[in-house]
Amino acid sequence: MMFGKLSWAVIPFNQPLPLIAGAVVLVVILAVIAWIVIAGHLPYLWEEWITSVDHKRIGVMYVLLASVMLLRGFSDAIMMRAQQAIAFQSQGYLPPEHYNQIFSAHGTIMIFFVAMPFVIGLMNLVVPLQLGVRDVAFPTLNSVGFWLTATGALLVNLSLVIGEFARTGWLPYPPLSELTYSPGVGVDYYTWALQISGVGTLVAGINLVVTILKIRTWGMSYLRMPMFCWTSLASSLLIVAAFPILTATLAMLILDRYLGFHFFTNEAGGNMMMFMNLIWAWGHPEVYILILPAFGVFSEVVSTFSGKPLFGYRSMVLATMAICIISFMVWLHHFFTMGAGPDVNAIFGIASMIIAVPTGVKIYNWLFTMYGGRIRFTSPMLWSMGFMVTFIIGGLTGVLVAVPPADFLLHNSLFLVAHFHNVIIGGVLFGAFAGYTFWFPKAFGFTLHEGLGKAAFWCWLIGFYLAFFPLYAVGFLGMTRRMQHYDVAEWRPWLLLAGVGAVVILIGIIFQIAQLFVSIRDREKLRDYTGDPWDGRSLEWATASPPPVFNFAVLPVVTGPDAYWTMKVEAKEGVVKQPDYQPIEMPRNSPTGFICAFFATVMGFALIWQIWWMVIAGFLGAFATFVVFAWRDHDEYEIPADEVARIDRANIAERRNMISAAGAA
Amino acid sequence: MAMATVAHAGRDPHHVHGFDEFSAGQSGPAPKRIVTGYGFWIFLLSDMVMFSCFFAAYAVLSGQTAGGPTGAELFNLRNVAIQTSCLLLSSFACGMASIAANERSKFWFHIAMAVTGLLGLVFLILEIREFADLVARGYGPTRSAFLSAFFTLVGCHGLHVSAGILWLLTMMAQVYAKGFRADILRRFLCFALFWHALDIIWVAVFSVVYLLGSLG
Repeated sequence: MMFGKLSWAVIPFNQPLPLIAGAVVLVVILAVIAWIVIAGHLPYLWEEWITSVDHKRIGVMYVLLASVMLLRGFSDAIMMRAQQAIAFQSQGYLPPEHYNQIFSAHGTIMIFFVAMPFVIGLMNLVVPLQLGVRDVAFPTLNSVGFWLTATGALLVNLSLVIGEFARTGWLPYPPLSELTYSPGVGVDYYTWALQISGVGTLVAGINLVVTILKIRTWGMSYLRMPMFCWTSLASSLLIVAAFPILTATLAMLILDRYLGFHFFTNEAGGNMMMFMNLIWAWGHPEVYILILPAFGVFSEVVSTFSGKPLFGYRSMVLATMAICIISFMVWLHHFFTMGAGPDVNAIFGIASMIIAVPTGVKIYNWLFTMYGGRIRFTSPMLWSMGFMVTFIIGGLTGVLVAVPPADFLLHNSLFLVAHFHNVIIGGVLFGAFAGYTFWFPKAFGFTLHEGLGKAAFWCWLIGFYLAFFPLYAVGFLGMTRRMQHYDVAEWRPWLLLAGVGAVVILIGIIFQIAQLFVSIRDREKLRDYTGDPWDGRSLEWATASPPPVFNFAVLPVVTGPDAYWTMKVEAKEGVVKQPDYQPIEMPRNSPTGFICAFFATVMGFALIWQIWWMVIAGFLGAFATFVVFAWRDHDEYEIPADEVARIDRANIAERRNMISAAGAA
Repeated sequence: MAMATVAHAGRDPHHVHGFDEFSAGQSGPAPKRIVTGYGFWIFLLSDMVMFSCFFAAYAVLSGQTAGGPTGAELFNLRNVAIQTSCLLLSSFACGMASIAANERSKFWFHIAMAVTGLLGLVFLILEIREFADLVARGYGPTRSAFLSAFFTLVGCHGLHVSAGILWLLTMMAQVYAKGFRADILRRFLCFALFWHALDIIWVAVFSVVYLLGSLG
């Protein structure tokens, strides 16, 4: 009883696949840790990254977490594709209970630990730079938010080797997720991992809202902000408004499972449809939380590589904020089949179609931005154009399932699976990759290898169409989602084709990994000396790559839209003033985030396995951390003015060298 | 309040240089006190969204008594009236603590905070007694969906009050040890916002759960 429900029996010795996978991951992690310690990198890692409160470093760590988790989520995906390619009139190679865990883990990981950290990471890295300021509103809290997200990811992956993961799908619908039908710890892993990472996400959302609304440089009025800042604002507002709903809903499920409450049970008056309503009141805004920052990335990329200001900037702002609001009025389209009646279904169906209008406005704006521009077909631009074509198709199939009678036919079929992968891969993931390629030089000071980047793009694009368009067809043929095996012969060819698509995507991922390695190897050749490798338009390109810890030696003064573009035009006309350097106060690094996450991990694990003494210990540790943090006296340090001047003049000199070299050649 | 804000901004070591150079529309980054207070407001909004979910769940399930007692049979309005007075008075005391902090009077600050905390504690004790009494009579949260929703909504508010009391004690210790430093005053501003917000939520709990529930 000392260790609650935990015993040696929970290690899945009878299931070699997860155990071997877990063992391999464990060996890799231990090897990396050993290398870090032996090579003496530990102090660097601790001082420069783990305890860092610098928004750029935290942004990079978010993206790194997302990339690693993408590999995990994709392994799940390719295992499912393989299973469905094989399991025609047979059991395939994955037993049902394992297959169910895989599709649940795939969805959970891809949404919460790939898409979310990827877009939050990009927002963290870029928003303060675009606003022309030194950091986010609450730097230490930012670190706490990241580490809590990492805790959630850790707990989900722990379930691979200790116990099991949920078999309920990525949203644990009751009554299946209630204790009666899911007595194991799988759902508990899910709920606690998401509760903890949800706190992290909320913190990140609050931080970005306050940063964008309250911390902008001189003259950066709302309608001068780059589009990415607007979409980040909309996305963060949605986080603040929607994530508490997830927290409350999961809390109710936890109370049902742990203390015998009756929110969603079959007995004593519980109402399981209340769970569906609540979870989608969070879940639908959630998809806009993911896609809006991607829309922002495309806006920046398209305008930069077309060499033109964004077409219809104000209509874009309006469309973004309209989506932000309407996204809360469509949740019921996820369960038209609930039987709420024709009137309710019609209202939500119409609202779901209306939300396509501002999205259409955006597509036209990007097209008109490109129209008449001098387009450079770099890999971020390719991702953006691939997005436009793919997302329109995904959007149209979305309008189709928004029609209630059609939805009755297509509900929970593979048509639906094809639709949401169409918009999430073609929208969010392509946006994330465009942003990654676009801002990588800003974060690290060298660009990514273009050839491999383009190869990766084409593999992803073709692989996506091969993997998911067959699913539209097979959905029409009546195949429902989440099938471990099937007996219908007409489905088979489509599922084999989808399997080929997954392999092509795999090749794309291999290209991306190769791109990263080759770019790091050739970093001297790919170095970005000026800080402005793409001839950019917004303020992140006005500072060095990578930017100094304080971002800007002197906060820039903004006089119009496309702030940096205007500065460059003025610089060509020779109106550049010698800046007046002042000492800069910056927040000190703090291990608070890491220590909080440590106790959160302990507490989360103890709650999952019901080891109550460990829960109390974890809570006391977290409270002690809070008090110690609150007690500290010196949370800032000062960088003297001449140090600021030295760093800034070096960057100005580099830029001047490049310009004169370009002039000589 | 506006006067106080400006006064604090001037004292704030994190205040950005050259604040006056530009007109209001182009004012640059806001001072730290504004940023902190604003951030905490946003957090409170998110907290209220969470509460509204529990309210919604309560509204959906309040009739689902599964053959068990209804609210009208269980609620003791005298008890609730005392609880409400305690919480409202504690908010008043918390306002007094704000004035004491503005006046930099440690003595009155500690008195006002102690009163705030004690009233909060009385509120909590009354709530725990109510809960314990219900459970003892066999009307715990597992009895019916209605009682599940009731215990969760009211208990969530109670948990917030408990966390508030822990925070209050930490604040008192900090002011005692370190005095009215700019960062501690910012934290106290957040605490005061939190405490008043709990009052607003209690008013909603009082109206929706107890008053409407007593109607039968």
